[in-house]
Amino acid sequence: MYGVTAFLYFLIGGVEALIIRAQLAQAESDLISPELFNQLFTMHGTTMVFLVVMPMSAAFFNWMIPLMIGARDVAFPRLNAFSYWTFLFGSIFLNLSFVLGGAPDAGWFGYANLTGNTYSPGDGVTFWALGLTTLGVASLAASFNFVVTILNMRAPGMSLMKMPVFVWMALITSVLMALAMPIIAVALIQLSLDRVWDTNFFNPAAGGDPVLWQHLFWLFGHPEVYILILPAMGIVSETLPVFSRKPLFGYPAVVFAGAVIGFMGWFVWSHHMFTVGLGPAANSAFAISTMLIAVPTGVKIFNWIATTWGGKLNLNVSMLFSLGFIAMFIIGGLSGVTHASPPTDAQQQDTYYIVAHFHYVLFGGAILGLFAGGYYWWPKMTGKRLGEKLGKWHFWLMIIGFNLTFGPMHWLGLNGMPRRIATYADGLGWEMSNAIASAGAMLLAFSVLLFIINVIRTISSTQESEDDPWDARTLEWSIPSPPPAYNFARIPQVKSLDDFWYTKHPELLHDKRGEEAAAEPDTHGGGSIHLPDMSYYPFITSIGVAVGVAGFMDILVELPGTNIQFPWLTTVGIVIGLWGLIGWTFEPVSEEGGH
Amino acid sequence: MIELTDDRTHEGLREAKLAQAAVAQEQHGHVADTNTGISNRKLLMWVFLASDCLFFGSFIATYLVYRNESLVGPYPNEILDIPLTSVSTFVLLMSSLAMVLALNYVQKDKLGLARFWLLAVVVLGLGFLGFQVFEFMTFVDEGLTIHQNLFGTTFFILTGFHGLHVFVGVLWLLGMFFAHSRGALTSRSAEDLEMAGLYWHFVDIVWIVIFTVIYLIGYSDGEGVKTIEHAATLIGG
Repeated sequence: MYGVTAFLYFLIGGVEALIIRAQLAQAESDLISPELFNQLFTMHGTTMVFLVVMPMSAAFFNWMIPLMIGARDVAFPRLNAFSYWTFLFGSIFLNLSFVLGGAPDAGWFGYANLTGNTYSPGDGVTFWALGLTTLGVASLAASFNFVVTILNMRAPGMSLMKMPVFVWMALITSVLMALAMPIIAVALIQLSLDRVWDTNFFNPAAGGDPVLWQHLFWLFGHPEVYILILPAMGIVSETLPVFSRKPLFGYPAVVFAGAVIGFMGWFVWSHHMFTVGLGPAANSAFAISTMLIAVPTGVKIFNWIATTWGGKLNLNVSMLFSLGFIAMFIIGGLSGVTHASPPTDAQQQDTYYIVAHFHYVLFGGAILGLFAGGYYWWPKMTGKRLGEKLGKWHFWLMIIGFNLTFGPMHWLGLNGMPRRIATYADGLGWEMSNAIASAGAMLLAFSVLLFIINVIRTISSTQESEDDPWDARTLEWSIPSPPPAYNFARIPQVKSLDDFWYTKHPELLHDKRGEEAAAEPDTHGGGSIHLPDMSYYPFITSIGVAVGVAGFMDILVELPGTNIQFPWLTTVGIVIGLWGLIGWTFEPVSEEGGH
Repeated sequence: MIELTDDRTHEGLREAKLAQAAVAQEQHGHVADTNTGISNRKLLMWVFLASDCLFFGSFIATYLVYRNESLVGPYPNEILDIPLTSVSTFVLLMSSLAMVLALNYVQKDKLGLARFWLLAVVVLGLGFLGFQVFEFMTFVDEGLTIHQNLFGTTFFILTGFHGLHVFVGVLWLLGMFFAHSRGALTSRSAEDLEMAGLYWHFVDIVWIVIFTVIYLIGYSDGEGVKTIEHAATLIGG
C-alpha cells in the first residue's frame, strides 16, 4: 500500500515537473503564471522527497526487513498501520492545498522569513508546515518500528554482521529518521506557531533570526538526503552480488561505510549555507567535513565495482538499473564534491548546476536504485516477473531521457541560469539547453509509461515465477513467492552471511559449517503460528492526528471573554485520537512474541 | 527442611519463590525471544525517548540562540521567580521518587502500596502542572505573552511542550491506575509501569535541563545588546 501510494505521488510529482519543463522549454514563455510556477516547483520537491522516495523506501522496508531477517512480521503491525494511514492523510492534506486557496510556494526548504505571514499571506505555507508535521509523525512511527524489528526480531544465529546489507542500511536510515524528524518537527511547529499564533521565532521585527530556520532545516535536511539514498544503496548491495554470481566485495567495509555516512551526515549541514555568511571558520570546517563524507561513499562505490569485477554478469533489467545507479551516482557525487568548496559553491549556489547535482543523486541514485529493487523483488512480492523486454526499453529510455534532462542543466547552471525562475529572457544562450532538457523530460515520462504498461501486462499475465527466480543469496528467497501471511513456516537458523546461498551451495563454504547448515534439522519455531488480528483503532488514531493538526488552520474560534484563538477542530481531533488510542490499548491483544 | 522460625526467613523464602517464578516466566514469555533481551515494547520506548531528546534539544537550542536577544521587556531578570520554581522542581523530582517506589512495589507484588505510590506520582505531577499554570498566568498578567518578545515566545513554547509531556504522562498513569484497580496486576503490567516510568523519568530529566538553562543560567538575562552604540549606552549608564 505504501508502494502504490508512493508511485501515485511519483506520477503527480512527475506531472508537476513536466509542466515546469514545458514552461521552461522556450524563452519568455507564458504557459503558466509565475505564481503557479512557484507552487509547482515547491510541490514537486516536497512531493518527490516526502511522498515518493521516503514512503517507497518504507514500502521496501516493510516488505523485505521481516523476510530478510527471518521474522514473521514487523515488531508492531498496528503501529505500522497507524504510520501508513497518518502518511496518507498527511499527504492528502498537503495536496488539498491546490484546491483550497493555493499550494505552498516558498520552495521545498521553505526559508524563513519568506514563509512568514508578511510574505506568504495565503494558506499555502500553513498547509505545507502542518502537512509535513503530520508526515513527520508517520515517519517517526515507521522508523521506531523498523529499529525495534531489526534489533529484536532477527532469526536465531543472525548476528548484526550476518544481516544483509539492505537491512543494515534500513537500520541506519531508521535511526537517522528517528533522530532527524523531531528537528524538522520543531522547526515546522515554530513556523506554524509564527503563522497561526503570531509568535516571534522567525520574526526579524522582534529580533528573530531567519538563519535559525536554515540551521534547523538543514540539520534535519542533510541526514534526510542520506535517508533518501541509503535505502537505494542497500538495494544495489543486494542486487549486484546476486547478478554477478559473487559475494559482495568487502561486506564489513560496505556496512561500516554506511554507518560512517549515517554518523558524519550530522556534521555537514552548513554546506547548504555557505553563502549565508557564517564566517571563514565555520565554512572551512563544513567544507572539510563535506569532502570527508565523500570518502565512505567512494568506499561503497569501489566495493560495488569490485563486486561485479570478474563476475558472471547477468544483465537483466534489475542489474541494468543497479549499474545505472552506480554510474549516475558517481556523476552526481563528483558534481557534489565540486561545491563542497565554499568559493566554487558561491558561484553555483541557487543555479541549475545545483539542480543538476541533486537530480543526479536523487533521481540517478535513489529512483534508479528503487527501480532496481522493484524489478528484483517483484517476483518475491507478487509471484510474477516483470517483463524483461519492455523493462529493457524502460531502462534505456529512462537513462537516456534522464541524461538529456539533467545533463544540460550543468551547463545552464555554470552559464548563470538561476533556479526557480518562471521564465528567462531571449538571447542569454540558454534556449538550446532548456529545449533539450524539456525534450528529455518527455522521454523520461514515456519510459515511466512503459513501466506502467509492463506492470499492467505482468499483473494480467498468468505466467508464474519460481520461488527463487534469481538464484539469490538472502533469506527472503527461501520461502514461497509471494510469501504466505506468516512468512516463515519455520523460523530459519542462520549460520553465516548469505545463509540461504550457502544452504543451496554448501560446497562453497570451505569449512564444516556449510554441511552442518544443510544437514542439521531445523528445530526452532515449529510451534503454532500467531497472526495479529485486524484492528481499526490505528486508523481512527490517524484520523485524530490528521484532524487535530488540520485544526490549526485558520478555523479558530475566539473563546468568549478572552482573546485566545481556540482551535476547536484540534480538540475534535484530540478526542478522536484519544478514542483510537484507548481502544488500541484496551483491545485484547495476543500479538506479543509471535507465539 | 528449613524451619520457618522468624519472619525474615519467611520473607527470604517468599522472595526466592518469586525470583524462581520470574525466571520461569522469562523462559516462557516473550522477553527471552528477542535478540537484545529487551522486550519489543521497551526497546520502542527507548527509541522514542532518543527521538524526543532531539525534539527538546531543538527547542532548548532555540531558547539558547535567542538568549539576550529580546528587543522589548519583560526580560527574564525582571520576571523569573526562582524560589517558586525551585519548589515546583522539587515537587516534580519527588514524583520520580514516587515512581521508583511504585515500580518497586509492583515488582514485589505489594499491590496496595504500588497503587498508593502510583497515585502519589499523579498527584505530584498535577501539582507541578498547577505551579506551571500559576506561573504562566502570573507572567501573562505582567505582560509576557508568546507575542511579546523572543523570550516570551521561546519560554512559553519550550516549557509549554514540557508541560504537555507531563500532562500526557499524568493521563497515562491515571489510565493505568484505573485499569489496575479494575483488574489484577500481573508481570505484564509491571512492564507497563516500567515503560511509563522510563517516560516519566525522562520528562523529569528534561525539566532539570530546562530549569538549569532558563532559571539558573539565564536568571539574570536582560535586554539584548543590539549594536555597539547600544552596548556603550548600557555600559555608560
